[in-house]
Amino acid sequence: TLPFPMADEVLFEFLHMEMITYVYKSLGQDDQSRNNLSKESYGTNTAARDENRVTLTLEHGKCISVLEGMGFRVGQGLIERYTKDTPSFKDDLDVMKFMCKDFWTHLFRKQIDNLRTNHQGTYVLQDNRFRLLTQISGGKQYLEEAPKFLAYTCGLMRGALSNLGVTCAVTAEISVIPACKFQVVIQRT
Amino acid sequence: MTTHPLRKTDPALQNTELFVLTYGALVAQLCKDLQNDEDINKELDNMGYNIGVRLIEDFLAHSDVRRCHSFYETVDVISKVAFKMYLGVVPNVICKDPAGDEYSLLLERNPLVNFLEDLPDNHSSLWYSNLLCGILRGALKMVNLATDVCFVQDRLKGDKETEIQIKFLRKLEGSKLMGHK
Repeated sequence: TLPFPMADEVLFEFLHMEMITYVYKSLGQDDQSRNNLSKESYGTNTAARDENRVTLTLEHGKCISVLEGMGFRVGQGLIERYTKDTPSFKDDLDVMKFMCKDFWTHLFRKQIDNLRTNHQGTYVLQDNRFRLLTQISGGKQYLEEAPKFLAYTCGLMRGALSNLGVTCAVTAEISVIPACKFQVVIQRT
Repeated sequence: MTTHPLRKTDPALQNTELFVLTYGALVAQLCKDLQNDEDINKELDNMGYNIGVRLIEDFLAHSDVRRCHSFYETVDVISKVAFKMYLGVVPNVICKDPAGDEYSLLLERNPLVNFLEDLPDNHSSLWYSNLLCGILRGALKMVNLATDVCFVQDRLKGDKETEIQIKFLRKLEGSKLMGHK
């Protein structure tokens, strides 16, 4: 692992942050809009309050969805370029090893630190120092917000895997910033 | 400020694909969300500005540029050091006015459009790479220079050149990072 990020990495990291801010703003989920909606959530009318809370959650889900969708298309594009001279893969495990080593290195100049599988189509990829989280404080309020910093990367993985013939769902969770786990569940046809 | 090692700017080590493709996805999303090209251009400029005000610290930490004594020197550094470091290209600098307050950067090659053939349909007024203008404007603001930065030509639009115009407006108060004398 290089100790200091390279210039192009820095550019991407800043763009990634701005992208997240934009998507949240465009869906009315920036801090100001949410604060307005939150205030309404604490009124005495429980139905309206609950509805506002659900709205907050659903809109947050929409933002995640948009970011993930953007990642998906880019992931498809990237994998084309990364596998031009690669022979075809034997099986899903082979594909996942490629993702952990080559793909992750192309994206983040490091490999996935740990890969686990139940040999039944579920893989967990652990990155102990995920680059897109290193700028974020480990405080509790950030932990709640953390999924939005992972959504785009989940999309990158899902898009890349899709082009490699692997249909799957990719989710992510954070235990302790900056470590996180990506879970890939392969869908059997 | 901790001293970081100077960055190697070997183009072979550069990996702008992730950045370039991500930028493409962002522009596509903006085209979906905003119909008006003016609005998209403005949004890209704003985002660029937010990036620029932070990118300048990274730039100053990783380059050994000395204090500039003229706006020409500043633009020269932007072209030869900054563009080279982040995008692997060195635009040509031309002076647009005798007082030396207005320059143009001519990009022979624009990495942002590496994977793009044409502007998206129905977006003929889009300055596709407008993020760059915002970045420059934000970065220069942090070294106390108020500037106007905009595209005036884009090959993607069918123009002869890809040209970013940088106009010096005025010096700003306060020494945030590295002031100009």
